[in-house]
Amino acid sequence: MYFDVIFAGFGGQGVMLMGNMLSVAGMHAGKQITYMPVYGVEMRGGTANCTVVVSDRPVGSPVVHEPVCAVVMNRPSAEKFAPRVLKKGMVLVNASLVDPKYVKARTKKVIYVPCLELATEVGNPRLGNMIMLGALCQASGVLDVEQVVKALPKALDQRYHKMIPINTEALRRGGRFVAEL
Amino acid sequence: MAKRVLVKGNEAICMGALAAGCKFYFGYPITPQNDIPEYMSAHMPEVGGTFIQAESEVASINMLLGAAATGARAMTSSSSPGISLKQEGISYLCGSEVPGVVVNMSRSGPGLGGIHPSQGDYFQSTRGGGHGDYRVLVLAPSTAQENYDLTMLAFDLADKYRNPVMILGDALIGNIKEPVELKPYRRKIKPKDWALTGAHRRPRRIVKSLFLADGELTDHNWRLYKKYQRMAKETRFENYRADDAKLVLVAFGSVGRILKTSVDMLREKGLAVGLLRPITVYPFPHQAVQEAAERTGHLMVVELNTGQMVEDVRLAVEGRAPVDFYGRPPGSIPTPNELAKEVAKVWRKRGLQ
Amino acid sequence: MSPQKKTTVKMKKVFDRPKSMTKKPYHYCPGCHHGVIHRMLAEQIDAYGLKGKTIGVASVGCSVLLYDYFDTDVVEAPHGRAPAVATGAKRAQPENFVFTYQGDGDLAAIGTAEIIHAANRGEKITVIFVNNAVFGMTGGQMAPTTLVGQVTTTSPQGRQVATAGPPIRVAEMLATLDGAAYVARVAVNNIKNYKVAEKALKRAIDFQLDGVGFAFVEFLSSCPTNWKMTPQEANARVANEMIAQFPLGVYKDILAAA
Ligand SMILES: Cc1ncc(C[n+]2csc(CCOP(=O)(O)OP(=O)(O)O)c2C)c(N)n1
Ligand code: SF4
Repeated sequence: MYFDVIFAGFGGQGVMLMGNMLSVAGMHAGKQITYMPVYGVEMRGGTANCTVVVSDRPVGSPVVHEPVCAVVMNRPSAEKFAPRVLKKGMVLVNASLVDPKYVKARTKKVIYVPCLELATEVGNPRLGNMIMLGALCQASGVLDVEQVVKALPKALDQRYHKMIPINTEALRRGGRFVAEL
Repeated sequence: MAKRVLVKGNEAICMGALAAGCKFYFGYPITPQNDIPEYMSAHMPEVGGTFIQAESEVASINMLLGAAATGARAMTSSSSPGISLKQEGISYLCGSEVPGVVVNMSRSGPGLGGIHPSQGDYFQSTRGGGHGDYRVLVLAPSTAQENYDLTMLAFDLADKYRNPVMILGDALIGNIKEPVELKPYRRKIKPKDWALTGAHRRPRRIVKSLFLADGELTDHNWRLYKKYQRMAKETRFENYRADDAKLVLVAFGSVGRILKTSVDMLREKGLAVGLLRPITVYPFPHQAVQEAAERTGHLMVVELNTGQMVEDVRLAVEGRAPVDFYGRPPGSIPTPNELAKEVAKVWRKRGLQ
Repeated sequence: MSPQKKTTVKMKKVFDRPKSMTKKPYHYCPGCHHGVIHRMLAEQIDAYGLKGKTIGVASVGCSVLLYDYFDTDVVEAPHGRAPAVATGAKRAQPENFVFTYQGDGDLAAIGTAEIIHAANRGEKITVIFVNNAVFGMTGGQMAPTTLVGQVTTTSPQGRQVATAGPPIRVAEMLATLDGAAYVARVAVNNIKNYKVAEKALKRAIDFQLDGVGFAFVEFLSSCPTNWKMTPQEANARVANEMIAQFPLGVYKDILAAA
C-alpha cells in the first residue's frame, strides 16, 4: 500500500493540522509515514502546504511532485496543485471557496466538498479541515475515518481535548458526505 | 517497545541530545534548523541545562569550547553560512582535543544561497573545513530516527576521541516529520581525566592548541593523525540490496533515502541495482566502496551538488572501475522516478543486462 | 498658495512612486514598517538627486530583498557585516552615497563588532537600523533588543534578564563613541514621529554628503507577524512599550554641539 497527498490552502485553514493528524493516525495504524511541511520564507504570502506519505514500506521521498491526491482548500492551491495530480489520482476541492472553473485536473476523480456548510451544520464553521479530512479518508481509503478519530487525543494538544467530540463529529460528517455521493 | 512519536528531524536531534545527557546548548537562529534552538530554549530548563542564544555562530562555538573543556556534554547547531563561521572554533576544538557535537542542517550556497536542501557542504565537512591538518567525524543521517540515534552516538564518539563530531543533514532531513522510537540511552558516561574542574588536590590541567617548543607541534600533529587513523573503525554505512547488484549506487543523507525507492522501482523492472549509503562520511567507507567496485565493475554516485563525494568514491576505487555521476544543484529535490531514469540511463550506457 | 492647492500638491507627492524605487510590490507582511522606512529613504534619495550616485548595502534579514525595491546599485553583505562592506565601498567610491540597512539581529547581535568599529573609525556612511525587537526573517526568535518579558520562539518563558540580559540600547551605546558624528532614534508609528524621523534621516544624509562623518538612525519598527499582533496592536506596542524602553531623540550631533 502506498498513498501520498498534498494538503494546501491559506495559512489559517488548518492544512498543516490536517496533514499532521493524518500522519499521527497513520503512525498509530502501524503505517510508515512522512510529513513534510513547507518552511521558512516560503511561508510568506499566506499560503501553506504539506505533503504526507502513507505506506507499508519505508518512505524514500517525503516530497512528491505528482501526487496521488491533492486536497485544495483555496483557489491558488487548486490552480497550483490540481493539475499535478496523477491521472489515476484524485482531487478533493473545498467547494465553499473554490469555483470548479479553476480546477484543471488530469484525473476525472474530482470531489467537491462543501467544507464550510458541513462544518456549520456540525456546529463549528472553523472545522472545515476536519470535514475535509474525513472526506479524504472515505474517498481514498488511506485510513478509516475511525482510525483518525481514535488518534485525536494524540494528535491534538492537551489544550484542545475538549474539542475532541466536535472534531469527531466533523470527521464523520465529511466521511458520510462522500459515502452518500 | 520504546515510545514512538511523530517528530520533526530537527526535534529528533534535540531529543537524542537530551537523552545522551547534553546539558549545554549554544546556538544562533538560521533556517532550516530553527527548531533546534527553539526546542532547546523550551526543554533545556526542564532538565536543569543551559540554553544560550548567542550573539553569533562564532560566539556559540566558543561557548561550546568553554563548556566542553570542563567535561560537560555540549552541542551547537547551525546551517551552512553559520557553520562557515564556526570553522575557526572547530579547528581549535580539534587542536585542543575538546569533544563536542556540531549539527549542520545544511542549506544551499554559496553565499546566502537559499534554504533548499543541498549537499554542497560535503567538502567543508569531510576535509576539516577550517585551518590546519585535522579531521572531524561526520555522521550523515537520512531519517528522523537516525537523527535521534546518531546524535546519541555523536556524543559518545566525541568523548571517545576527544574530538568534535558533526552531524551533517540538510533542509529535508531537518524538516521531515517521521515516527521516531525514543530508545533510552543506556551507556555510562566515563569521567574525563583531562577536564577543567579546578585543580583541587590534583595537578593543574591545561586545554590548548598552541605548541611552541621544539618538535612539540610535530608530535602533536602525529598524535592527532594516529587518532584519525583509529577513527576508521567507526566507519558505518548501509548496504541496501547491493550484495547481488550489478550496478551499485553510492549516495548519502536525503538523496540516499530517496534513491532507496528508486532502487526498489528498478528492481521491480528487473534491473539489479543496489545502494551503498555512507552513514559516516568521515571516515568514508572506502573499503566497502572498493569491494563493490571490484565486484560489479562500475559505480554510480548521486549527490545534491555538482560533484563532491564522487571524488572520495573515485579515490576509493583508484581507477579500477568507471564511476558515473548524477548531480543536482539546489533548487528542487529529485523524485525517486527521476533518479530511477538517470540510473537506467547509466545501466544502458554500461551495457548491463 | 491656498490651503487647498497645498493639499493637492501634497497628495500627488504621497502617491507618486519615488523614482529610486522599482515597481515591484513589497513582500513585507501587512503592517510591517520596513516598507514605510524604505519609502522614506527612497524619497530622500530622489530629493537629493542621488539615484545615480548611491550604493546600498543590503543586510541579511527580511529587508535583504531591498535590491528588489531600490532602483540603485546594491551590494549584499554577509549577516552582520554590512558596515564593513560599506566601509570598503565608501573608501573606494567616496563620491557615492553609501548606506547600510540593517535589522537588530544583523546589527545588534552578529554584527556588533562591525558597527562599533565602523562608527569609531568615523566612516562616512549612513546607517539605517531597523529595530523590531525580534529576528523577523527566521521566524521571530529573540533579538538583543527584545523587551524584558517578551515571548519569542527562543524565549518561550519571556525574555529573562538573568539569562539573556536586558535589551541593548544601540543608539545610546554608539553615541558614546568619539568617532560617531550623528546618532538618533526615531519611530514611524504615527505622523508626528514620521516627520521627526524624516528630519533625522535628512540630517544623516547631509552628514555623509558634507563629509562630516558616521551617521546612524535607529528606527523603532514593528513585526506584526512574529509579535502575533494585528498591525494596530503592533503600532500600539511601538508607542507604549518600545518607546519606553528605547527613548526617541537625537543622541549625538557633533555639528549642533559645536
Ligand atoms: C551567518 C548567518 N547566521 C544566521 C543567518 C540567518 N538569519 C537570516 S536573517 C537573520 C536575522 C534577521 O533579523 P533582523 O536582523 O532583526 O532583521 P528582520 O528580519 O527582523 O528585519 C538571521 C539570524 C544567516 N543568514 N547567516
Ligand atoms: S516578518 Fe516581521 S519584519 Fe519581516 S516582513 Fe513580516 S512583519 Fe516585517
